[in-house]
Amino acid sequence: MPEHKPVGTLSAESLAAIRRVFFDECDEHFADIESGLTALEHGARDPEVINSVFRAVHSVKGGAGIFEMDALVAFAHRFESALAEMRAGRLEPTSDVARVFLRAADTLADLVQAARDGQAVSPERAAPVSEELARFAAPPDPFETFDDIEFEPKPVAFEPMPAPSAGGVWNVTFRPYASLYAKGNEPAVLIREVARLGDATVTLDESAVPTLEAFDPEDAYFSWTIRLATTEGEAAIREVFEFVDGDCLLSIRRDDEAGVPPAPSVPDPTPKEILASIGPTQPAAPDTPAIRVELTRVERLVDLVGELVVHQAILAERISVGAAARNEAVAQALDDLGQLTRDIQESVMAIRAQPVKAVFQRMSRLVREAEQATGKRVRLLAEGEGTEVDRTVIERLTEPLTHMVRNAVDHGLEAPDRRAALGKPEEGTVRISAAQRGDRIVIEVSDDGDGIDRERVRAIAVERGLIAADAVLADDDVDNLIFAAGFSTAASVSDLSGRGVGLDVVRRGVQALGGRISVSSVRGVGSTFTLSLPLTLAVLDGMLVSVRGQALIAPLASLIETVQPRPGDVRRLGAATSLLSVRNSYVPLIDLGRALGYRGEEPAGPHAVALLVEDDAGERAALMVDEVLGQRQVVIKSLEANYRPVAGVAAATILGDGRVALILDPAAIIAGERRRSDPAGVAA
Amino acid sequence: MSEPAAAATMTPQRELISFKVAEQYFCVDIMAVRELRGWSPPTPLPQSPPFVTGVINLRGQILPIVDMAVRLGIEPSGPTDRQVIIVTAIEGRLVGILVDAVCDIIAIAPEALQPAPDLSGEAAAAFLTGLVADEDRLISLIALDHLIPPIEVGVEAA
Amino acid sequence: MSAEAKTILTVDDSRTMRDMLRLALAEAGFKVVQAIDGAEGLERLDSDGADVIITDINMPNLDGLGFIERVRADQRHRAIPILVLTTESEPDMKERARQAGATGWIVKPFNPGKLVDAIRRVA
Repeated sequence: MPEHKPVGTLSAESLAAIRRVFFDECDEHFADIESGLTALEHGARDPEVINSVFRAVHSVKGGAGIFEMDALVAFAHRFESALAEMRAGRLEPTSDVARVFLRAADTLADLVQAARDGQAVSPERAAPVSEELARFAAPPDPFETFDDIEFEPKPVAFEPMPAPSAGGVWNVTFRPYASLYAKGNEPAVLIREVARLGDATVTLDESAVPTLEAFDPEDAYFSWTIRLATTEGEAAIREVFEFVDGDCLLSIRRDDEAGVPPAPSVPDPTPKEILASIGPTQPAAPDTPAIRVELTRVERLVDLVGELVVHQAILAERISVGAAARNEAVAQALDDLGQLTRDIQESVMAIRAQPVKAVFQRMSRLVREAEQATGKRVRLLAEGEGTEVDRTVIERLTEPLTHMVRNAVDHGLEAPDRRAALGKPEEGTVRISAAQRGDRIVIEVSDDGDGIDRERVRAIAVERGLIAADAVLADDDVDNLIFAAGFSTAASVSDLSGRGVGLDVVRRGVQALGGRISVSSVRGVGSTFTLSLPLTLAVLDGMLVSVRGQALIAPLASLIETVQPRPGDVRRLGAATSLLSVRNSYVPLIDLGRALGYRGEEPAGPHAVALLVEDDAGERAALMVDEVLGQRQVVIKSLEANYRPVAGVAAATILGDGRVALILDPAAIIAGERRRSDPAGVAA
Repeated sequence: MSEPAAAATMTPQRELISFKVAEQYFCVDIMAVRELRGWSPPTPLPQSPPFVTGVINLRGQILPIVDMAVRLGIEPSGPTDRQVIIVTAIEGRLVGILVDAVCDIIAIAPEALQPAPDLSGEAAAAFLTGLVADEDRLISLIALDHLIPPIEVGVEAA
Repeated sequence: MSAEAKTILTVDDSRTMRDMLRLALAEAGFKVVQAIDGAEGLERLDSDGADVIITDINMPNLDGLGFIERVRADQRHRAIPILVLTTESEPDMKERARQAGATGWIVKPFNPGKLVDAIRRVA
């Protein structure tokens, strides 16, 4: 008879790991709940939509039950019941109902977060929404109040309570119907389990078996009698047949011949007793957020894979100059290695790529809260939610996006009556969009509100000493003053934006990721924040060049082509500007050595090469370098981690020989050059 | 006359590592020191202050290097490859300071730390925060957190 | 019956639940095969086979009851014991599951002891 290991305690570590999985899953469930309910709010009637929301809430409840998160389970149950009513067609999926459900989803999310943080939640928090949900669920509910909840014991092992020494002999008659077999139940298994309760003698009664002609293989003809001497009670015997109750004839009778008094029934241990006998079961280590741990591990992996790529390239190069290069087998093996390395890298990066949808969905809730806090009405549109970004970037999108959205609602949009007076729809629109442009992801947050009051911004900037009173600035530059440190136009510290984090902190955070944030605005029409981040913080394809003896990396994504300018292609314009003729247009020619402040003579020799680069806005320039040394894939290392942002430089990397090479930021160089040659911002 | 910096067993000691920059002596709190490295050529950073000579590779991390002679406004004795880089940690950031030689680890009682003299006008005023007498030397204590000034507003490109 | 470890197919769209089941079953010495919904459950049955099936009810694509009916309709698999995961708030689900062909049930949240007891009564 197959014997299974006795069930040991599920280790605290394993339980803690599954707990983390549960919270991870909850994030996905909330995404499904949010999109499903939003669809319902906008009139969708597809039963599958309702179903998916029901399943998500049901799953949250199920997982919460495992970890005995009582308040969470109780609320989830209320929510689930209301959804069940809708699923059964007894509750109309109107927009109003959907809005109640959305508030319920928010409350549920709060309860989950509290559970995640180990905080207790006061019942009053969920009470108002809970009341509304209760109105929807008509039939009487075993889970009326928080107090009435009873659950199965936590999943921990326990020793079966030892039975009292008083024994008994029982006669069990068992006659299965055909339906018992049809449901996969097996009499031999059941009889085996009964026999395990003590000493058993089993007798088969085959008197009902017909002759062969009348024999129906699907029918049941056997019955058994089991004489069992056991210290267990009747309940234990009956329990063996729990599943097949109704699919068999079962009689359990004490065998009076034995003359033993019935054993006193021993109640099953209560959950409290079980827990008490186990002792503390909570894991000693605090719950660490799974994602943060994964990030460092995956970052390490990406680092390693990046090094692998670098060294594979160096190996290939070294071999290519040696005699071994002519050996076909070696060349083939190198090729294979190169392909393998690239595949590994792609797989590692693909593991981490995630759509921005999850981050965008958090904005929905943010907007709802903002509506309540400000009394404004807001419609949130989202585009490009499927745009995928490396996981290292996703997590860090939330903060800047949150600030941009809050800003839009708080400062951008006007109050409904003012909008009506201006002829705008009372409901303001905030649009968030994500798109991939080359090796960057560009996220825009735009509103159709008032736009930036440039006079006010100027005045405040002058007042705070950020600009001189007579400084001449282009409109765009005035707008971007709002990112300056110490700047704040909030006349009153509203609940939203007054949380002490200014836009300058947001910008520094974005820059630390190698990103850019800027704003543009049209008075009376609206504003658009643009956030540009690298698709991955980890790896970059670039062109290795040398300038004044220094190695630099130019990102391939900004690189259009390399050009070797002939003397006649260069034109001077004014005292400080040169232009390069490329096909039929002129682009500014920038001496990188000078732009970066490197000392040394500008080499005008025949080896000088220009990199034709382009920024996000399509502005072009030609960057003069001394030599182009070849393409490289490099692992991005932050400069800000130990130092601070450097103008014109996006980050750094470590070359195969151990030297540090700077990674250029062509867009910043182009912008810097424009400022240098046209400081008053007069040129178009 | 200054008291010898005797090791007092009763009061908590402060441990400092002393080093030499062009014939002058300085020290920093040893708690801030992570490791010592030999000199290697740094990669220069554009638009950086003159005392930041560049960055080097510290086992995969980018480490900025501050030339202490330049920072202190002292005439440097010339770059040699016998110079030492002291890798320090300041508020979670690692910074390497380039010095001519590392001298000693000294333990002093807090009372032995004298206030810095009035250095207004000297480049070093911002971060020389004390004086220690050790044997017959005057060693200036450097507060590392003011070594690299923060970014000025509006100067850095977006 | 051989002494070899039995294979249990677990069908549940919740990763938390799948992990819990895998943990408890592996502890008890079972070999575990997983599927995320009824459709994948049928595929895994074909490819890996199973001695016992544990399935959830509420799943996308093919839900628990539908899955059970399909398994019972397949000559190769009709005798495999199937345990459904039910919740206390659906008391009639046990009966509906039985009618669909389920062999037994496990009430969520379960503990490993009850899980193994249920498996013992069907295989």
